[in-house]
Amino acid sequence: MNITQINKLKNMLNKTVGSYFNKISHEQLILFISLAIVTFFLLLFVVGPLWEMLRSSVLNSDDDFVGLANFTEYFSSNAVWYSLKNTFTLGIVVMLVVGSLAFFYAYALTRSCMPAKGVFRVLGMAPILAPSLLPAISLIYLFGKQGVATEILLGNSIYGFIGITLGLIFWTFPHALMILSTSLRTSDARLYESAKALKISSFKTFFVITLPAAKYGLISTLIVIFTLVVCDFGVAKVIGGSYNVLATDIFKQVVGQQNFSMAAVTSLLLLLPALFAFIVDRWVQKKQQNLFDSRSVPYHPAPQPLRDGLCFVYCLLISTVILVVLGMAIYGSLVTFWPWNKALSFNNYNFAEISTYGWSPFWNSIQLASWTALLGTVLIFIGAYSIEKGRSFIRLRRFLQMLSVLPMAVPGMVLGLGYIFFFNDVNNPLNVLYGSMLLLVLNTIVHYYTVAHMTAVAALKQLPVELEASAASIKLPQYKLFWKVTLPVCLPAVFDIAAYLFINALTTTSAVVFLYSTDTIPASVSVLNMDDAGQTGSAAAMAVMIMLAAMLAKLMHLLLDKLFDNSTQAWRKR
Amino acid sequence: MQTYLRLENVVKQFGQFTALQQISLSIKQGEFVCFLGPSGCGKTTLLRSIAGLEPVTSGCIFQAGVETTHLPPEKRDFGIVFQSYALFPNLSVRDNIAIGLQNKGFTNIECINLVDKWLEIVGLLSEANKYPNKLSGGQQQRVALARALALSPGLLLLDEPLSALDAKVRSHLREEICQLQRKLGITTVMVTHDQEEALAMADRIVVMNNGVIEQIGTPQEIYEKPASRFVADFVGTTNFISVSMINQHLMRIGEDLLTVPEQLQDLAISGCIVDLAIRPESLYFCEKGKETISVNIEFIEFQGAYCQVECKLWGDLSAHSIYVNVPIREARKLNLMVQQTRYLAMDITHINAYPSEKIMLKSVVAT
Ligand SMILES: Nc1ncnc2c1ncn2[C@@H]1O[C@H](COP(=O)(O)OP(=O)(O)O)[C@@H](O)[C@H]1O
Ligand SMILES: [Mg+2]
Repeated sequence: MNITQINKLKNMLNKTVGSYFNKISHEQLILFISLAIVTFFLLLFVVGPLWEMLRSSVLNSDDDFVGLANFTEYFSSNAVWYSLKNTFTLGIVVMLVVGSLAFFYAYALTRSCMPAKGVFRVLGMAPILAPSLLPAISLIYLFGKQGVATEILLGNSIYGFIGITLGLIFWTFPHALMILSTSLRTSDARLYESAKALKISSFKTFFVITLPAAKYGLISTLIVIFTLVVCDFGVAKVIGGSYNVLATDIFKQVVGQQNFSMAAVTSLLLLLPALFAFIVDRWVQKKQQNLFDSRSVPYHPAPQPLRDGLCFVYCLLISTVILVVLGMAIYGSLVTFWPWNKALSFNNYNFAEISTYGWSPFWNSIQLASWTALLGTVLIFIGAYSIEKGRSFIRLRRFLQMLSVLPMAVPGMVLGLGYIFFFNDVNNPLNVLYGSMLLLVLNTIVHYYTVAHMTAVAALKQLPVELEASAASIKLPQYKLFWKVTLPVCLPAVFDIAAYLFINALTTTSAVVFLYSTDTIPASVSVLNMDDAGQTGSAAAMAVMIMLAAMLAKLMHLLLDKLFDNSTQAWRKR
Repeated sequence: MQTYLRLENVVKQFGQFTALQQISLSIKQGEFVCFLGPSGCGKTTLLRSIAGLEPVTSGCIFQAGVETTHLPPEKRDFGIVFQSYALFPNLSVRDNIAIGLQNKGFTNIECINLVDKWLEIVGLLSEANKYPNKLSGGQQQRVALARALALSPGLLLLDEPLSALDAKVRSHLREEICQLQRKLGITTVMVTHDQEEALAMADRIVVMNNGVIEQIGTPQEIYEKPASRFVADFVGTTNFISVSMINQHLMRIGEDLLTVPEQLQDLAISGCIVDLAIRPESLYFCEKGKETISVNIEFIEFQGAYCQVECKLWGDLSAHSIYVNVPIREARKLNLMVQQTRYLAMDITHINAYPSEKIMLKSVVAT
């Protein structure tokens, strides 16, 4: 080959490569990379574990295919039907009680002119800052064998149905309150004006307008509560006694009997109601949006002494109960040795003396929560941005959109079990992650992925659709647009996501209980262990520490919001 | 004038759906071109293809002599304004315009001067430090225009820039855009579904329907010589009057026999039926004569400067109504009344003919 030929070839090569690079812009490359990261993340940490779990449910302990044998064996035992019945009874009872309690609380907050609304709002939401174990422990102090108010139960034991119900009512209350307040707040004043014009009594107005308008919010609440109850593990573990539910069954099968195939079958059973609830909830959410449009006029209540008085008394009652439960846990943690030595001291907080782990679980949890908030927020927001605002790769983006809502339908216990199957496999190169802090962090991000993702998408949707196109036309690179416009505008949502991830990472027990190692044991799990070992005081102390950390995080959140409000949100002010 | 923008056989498909079919078109330097068509016909898609915001399925696009078909939008030379304004909500009016300039490497002083210059041009110097959502729709659109023009692009693209504004602001901004375009001499493409807007603003109009170009021409050509029945119907109001050709020189409308106008004589095969397309202002009432049509007046609508008179062909009540615009001074003289029988004459230089819709329908059924 002579030189001219080589040069020719070189030229040709340069031309094709050059034109190819011209076609793919930097933007597309960045978009592709971020989409690829999100895809890998979701495939490895959601789809992989779930698939592995589904597979295990049809294998025996030697990894041979046995078809549905596990299922037949599972359903032939009487204990299963007992757990199933218990789980559903609990779900329905708590759902109905919390649904009505929270509805009237939300009604009082949004539709009355009672005083001290702000305080009631904060108190109503307070239980969300505590791990679900905290009310359970508190109930033991209140109504346990040596409780302060055991007589109220008239000889019934708090361990079992009563305890679980009360604990879950307390813990799910703020979740219900959140959805219901939103749904009641967005109701149309014009309807109430028409009712007045038609001389409909206010009592009847409640039934013909208020209730129907909040219908979808109410359905959505009931579904969310039912799912939370069915999937919760902490309360039942601490105060359940012999009252078995599906979530504790999985725990026993894994930790007690090492029977992974059976645990997988139980998980599938738990996955079904959660999946069903998830689908119904999505349907309801779609309906809800059409109810309140841009022409609607927000409703502002007028003072009405009787109603306002009743609302005040009701809220006072509920928030007193909340304060008593929280206060009891704090008090219990400060009592030196319940019930014999009721002198107050910080002895229970002296974790170094009490357990081999000392304070490390608490710092582990803080570490877990910080990494989850940091990594999770970055990953979720950039993922949501790429999916929502990307220009190319339509199919991949649609696929990711679907994948992003999947984690919501997976209960924590099921997710945790899936992780055992997937990452505890020596053939999996990711096996090195097993037991590490990183896996706990990734697992927690996945566990709370969907809600955070939807928050990000909702914030991004407020920006004009053509913003990216406008930026491209004035040659402003997309990353600069992101930095100068998108991120500042969405900053409150970013903080919301970070706070949500942080607080949930602190309080969660269900998934992480399968995944920790002695170096990474989180505080919530150590609460469980200490309670198991009969160290109720220290368990309470650790639970209180978690709650304090969550409160601090919430305060930080409010502070950050205030701090950046002027520089990023000034344009919103009218 | 040389060609600035050239499209060759541009095709755009969304999955199975073809939004643009073989679009070829060239636009001269400094020209103001409007894409006109009903909503959903592919105007925005074509505009976005030119901008590179929508990759084309096949075909080529050349801008300023260079092929740009596969270039991403940030490597092309254009400014764009959307119906939704799409301003940066958290930046002040000044920063909205400055951000592009700063990014291009202008110094601070240059930026300030340029921004001031453009704000002056669009008349918003006093609003420079406000946020976009404090401005009216018309003002926001001006900011968008200034932002698009500040980098002095070679091509200005406007996607229904006036559609979200109310009538008064719209006509005002319409004139401003025209003046600015002429002053800058910038090649401009505007998308609109409003035929009045297109007729008033454009040097040339591209009429589109269902992803194909129906006609390209000056506003006058489009209005007076519509290339197809669709264009005649979509641009302005047109009466379609069914006539049957008796021979090369004679045609029948309703009960009346008329001479076939010269430009239609090659269409006139005896026995065939065609539709005459006549604008309401090309019809006028007169005394009964040789070249008139007898009609029955059904309704008279007062429109201010003229009356719109709705008539039916005498003796053919099933035919479409014929609309006639009568200047108000003439209407007073004529003293028209509902239910009268009157006679219409046509301005034969402004008549076009298209194959009859009835016959087309029949042939569709037959095949
Ligand atoms: N991203 C898209 N995906 C699928 N179909 C699209 C997309 N964008 C536009 N279309 C379709 O292409 C056709 C032309 O759209 P468009 O160019 O927006 O029309 P218009 O003339 O009103 O601006 C419409 O039928 C529309 O539904
Ligand atoms: Mg359009």
